Parts: sequence; structure tokens; C-alpha cells
Amino acid sequence: MDDQTRSASQWAPKESRPPPVSATGIAGWLRANLFSSWLNTGLTLLSLLLIYYSVPPFLDWAILSATFEGASREDCDMAGACWPIVGVRWKQLIYGFYPEVEHWRAVLAFALLLVALYFGLYDKAPGRKYGLWFVCAYPFIAYGLLYGGFGGLEYVESPKWGGLLLTLAMGVTGIAVSIPFGIVLALGRRSDLPAISMLCAVFIEFIRGVPLVTLLFFGNVMLPLFLPEGMNIDNYLRVVIAVCLFASAYMAEVIRGGLQAIPKGQYEAAAALGLGYWRMMAFIILPQALRISIPGIVNTSIGLYKDTTLVSLVGLFDLLGMARAINADAKWMGLEIELYAFIAILFFITCFAMSRYSLWLEQRLARGERR
Amino acid sequence: MNDQPFAVEMRGVNKWFGTFHVLKDIDLQVARGERIVICGPSGSGKSTLVRCINRLEEHQEGDIVVDGIALTNDLKNIDQIRSEVGMVFQSFNLFPHLTVLENCTLAPIWVRKLPKMEADKLAMSLLERVKIPEQAEKYPGQLSGGQQQRVAIARALAMQPRIMLFDEPTSALDPEMIKEVLDVMVDLAESGMTMLCVTHEMGFARQVADRIIFMDEGEIVEQNAPEEFFNNPQNDRTKLFLSQILAH
Repeated sequence: MDDQTRSASQWAPKESRPPPVSATGIAGWLRANLFSSWLNTGLTLLSLLLIYYSVPPFLDWAILSATFEGASREDCDMAGACWPIVGVRWKQLIYGFYPEVEHWRAVLAFALLLVALYFGLYDKAPGRKYGLWFVCAYPFIAYGLLYGGFGGLEYVESPKWGGLLLTLAMGVTGIAVSIPFGIVLALGRRSDLPAISMLCAVFIEFIRGVPLVTLLFFGNVMLPLFLPEGMNIDNYLRVVIAVCLFASAYMAEVIRGGLQAIPKGQYEAAAALGLGYWRMMAFIILPQALRISIPGIVNTSIGLYKDTTLVSLVGLFDLLGMARAINADAKWMGLEIELYAFIAILFFITCFAMSRYSLWLEQRLARGERR
Repeated sequence: MNDQPFAVEMRGVNKWFGTFHVLKDIDLQVARGERIVICGPSGSGKSTLVRCINRLEEHQEGDIVVDGIALTNDLKNIDQIRSEVGMVFQSFNLFPHLTVLENCTLAPIWVRKLPKMEADKLAMSLLERVKIPEQAEKYPGQLSGGQQQRVAIARALAMQPRIMLFDEPTSALDPEMIKEVLDVMVDLAESGMTMLCVTHEMGFARQVADRIIFMDEGEIVEQNAPEEFFNNPQNDRTKLFLSQILAH
């Protein structure tokens, strides 16, 4: 036998040969990924058919036959999309009725938001120690800028806010408030003190049992009826509080799920070392529970961000509300699709960014912990 | 406090899980520096007994005094006792999101208020003592079971406890890793630490224990010095147990 003679005398490894052609190159890839079985071949062909019937007509509508220049609906030939509506009205879609000379304040607030996100979300940011102080100060800076009314800044009341500005303000506030509140509620619901756990459970179940629209109507229409004469809470504030309460309840349940996944041994080991409740939670339990909850937290955040479009039902002009207002203009009637497509792109960019960040964070935190 | 004759004293301790009576009238005095091995069949209450000492389980009747501090519902006493009593678990229970070094320094920094530099130095010296200083920057998930358990011992020692509790520290380990953990425990025993070990490692018991306690059905059935315990067991239940574990 060949093998035996080889092992008996001097053994040398066999020469490596390149793999067969059928396993490499384009043909190999196609075979492995698209035509590996009859079912996959069928699905591949079906997908090709779907692409053939949907993509070319869409491109034709969006680009080839579309009109890009014009001042009103009359300039569009209606063979394709009528993009001038976005070109003419984009400022309203971004800023709402925020006075044009004050737009720089919104832009500055947005730029500072990016800085705050950089320090808040990227743990290796240089100078993060000071950056985090900036993150804490950011809500005050941003709302100070947007509202104004001090130091020469003209006061801009919230009904004038709109478009992307309003959507972002509500989304960022909602997410930033709901995570810490959610943590507190989740810990409260698991508390050993019956009064606290009951209170948190009732709050969570009540909020989750009611549609967001109901809360918004309650905050916007009914709350003023209960308040004493002359007392008036800002319209935007009422809505944002409702959004925050709603999101907190959902966050709490996501985080509670993470807390439940932590083995009992972790609590016992922390307790045996003499760590009290708060330190145990802060250093041992929450870091692990929140890591497990990242997909759920981001999921809830994205959901909340998109749910803010419901405020258009209570008379606020967020992106969706603004689009509907523009559509009501006789000059541009009947062009919903173009506006909604534009809004969809704006939403997609922000939501996709959140989703990517969550993936990145998960991988990063998983480092060194693989078993 | 230090003139207290006993490191741990239990008088008439009873405990129930629901209606199940796990500990029945336990009386136990552990002298300073004494090394005690607790053995017995599973479900005999030996783990529960050890876990009552640092209040991971709450006893319902009787008194427990640890290092002169009465174990009551007073949270201050409980915290004080826990910082004097180190514990090593069967399943290690290291904190997976912290490095080995951070596992060992967290409690000294936040409970003992040690400056970080000192805590690091202390932790490194303990990791050397358990013979894995080179693993300090790794995460627990990257270590073998035996290494993890040695880190767990170092973590407990980092609080500079006066009493160490071991709850079946080698039961979850592969056979070839048991020895490295037992070596560390023998070393610790020889340094004069007060130890209570729940274990079935009879070789270890023979070598280091001052006293072996045999439990069954929630009671202390028999206790004696190792020689007497192994060679001249008094109770029939003890004889049966010994014949079963020493048979092969």
C-alpha cells in the first residue's frame, strides 16, 4: 500500500492542490448561493421575475420620466414623479414654520447633536470624560437654542416647530428619556418591596394597554381641561411627555427581559462580596442585562421614532403632518407619493443608522466574552 | 470583637424551604483558624448551612453569630458579615463582562474603598498566589474551569476575609483540573484561614480538615477529627455513606 510505504520511510505531506473549478469563481458562487437545489433555483427565478417587473417601472417613474425643474404642479408632465414639490418645499419639510432667519439655531442644535452622539455612543472617543458632561448638558443647550427667549435669541414658540426638526426633537427626547426611565421601571417591577413592584407593574400595564394615539389625545385635548384656569402647558411638551411615558413602559419590559436572563449566581456572587443593591445593579447586573437587551432597546427606539408621526393627528406638523399640510395646498395637490417617498428616505437614513449602531455595539461588547 | 472565641457560632438554627424542613436544630461552633469539611448526600442541607452563614439563605429560627456580629435582619450587619466572609461557588459565578483583574478589584474598590492602585496590586499578588497572574487581562470566558475557580478564590480573598466558605468548589470541574484548585485550597488552609468546605474530596478532607461534619436530612449526624471519622465512624448512617464514597 502506498500509505504504508510512505509512513515506513520518510513521511512528507501531500502537495496541496487548488479546489475544483466548480467550487470557485462566479460559477461556484452561483451554484452555492442561487442554484443549490430545485427549491432555491425556483426562488431565484421568481426573484428575478419580481425584480424585472418592479425595478424598471420604479426607476422610470423616479428618474427617467420624472420632472426635476418647475415652480408648480403645472410644470410637471405627470408621466413620472414631480420632484419640484420637494425642491420648492424642502425647507418646510425640514424646519416646519420655524422663522427662516432663525434656521441657523436648528442647524446648530443638530450639529451639536452629532457631537453629543459621538461622545455618548462611541466609548473610545478622545476626551470622552469631558464629552460626557457635554452630553448631559446637551438637552438644555438644544432646547435653549430652539425655544430661545434669552440673551438676544428671539422666542420661537413650539407650534412653529415642524418637519424633521420636530420629528428629531421628539424622537431623540423620547429615546433619551425612556431608557433611564425604563431601567428604573424594570428594576422597580422586580423589586422585593410589593408597593414599588405593584406601582411599576400597574404603570407599565396601563400604558401598554392604551394606544399611543389615545395618550396623545389625552395629553393634548383632555389634560388642559383638568388644569386650573390660566395654567397652560406648552403644546409640544404635552405631546412629548406622552411619547416618553409610552416609550418608557415598552423599554421597561425589554430591559426586564434582559434582567431575567442574568443567572442567579451573579446576584449571589455580588452579594457574597458585600456589594449592596445599587452597586450590584450598577456594576454587575445592569451592564450584562443591558447588553442582552440591545436588540430590543434599539427595536423599541426605532419603533418610537417612527411612532412620533402619530402626533400629526393632534395638530402637530412633524414630517408627516407637514407633508399633509403641503398636500392641502391647491398648487401641489395630488402629489402625496413624492412627498411620502422623500419622508421615507429621511426616516430610512435615521433608522438604518440606529440599526447599524446596535449591530456594531453588540459585536464590540461581545469581544472577549465568547465562550 | 476579636476576643470572641468563635469565628462562626450557630445555635438552634432551623430553616424551611416552603414546608420542607432543610436545617433541623443545627448547633455548630467553628473556632478561629479551624478548617471544617462538611459532607453528606445531596439534599442533606450542607450547602444551605454554609449559605446561611453569609445570608444568601435566610434562617427562620435560632441564632447565627459570625465573627462576633449577630446575623439579623439588620442590613448593616449583613453587609459587614459579607465583607468578612469570602465565598467560592460550585459554578464559579465570575462576572463575565469584567476581566479577571477587574473581577478581583471591584469589591475591594467599592466596598473596602481601596484606592485603585492598591487594589490592583493586591489582586495581582493574589492571582500570583493562585498561579495565574498571566491571565489578569483576560475575560473569564477565555479560561478553563480550573482557572476560573482559582480566579474565584482570588476574588474572594481580595476582600481580605477572615472566614472562607467553599460550596462544592470542585464538583463542576473536569478531573484533571480538580487538583489545581485543591492545591490552592490546601495552601490557603496552611496559611491559617478559617475555612468551611462543602466537598466530597475525601483526600483533601483527610489532609487539611481539623474536623469533618457529616450531615443527612438536615441534621448534623456526626462530627469528628478526620482519623476518627474515617477509621471509626460511630453512626450507621455515616458508615453507609463512607462505604459508598470510599468503595472505589
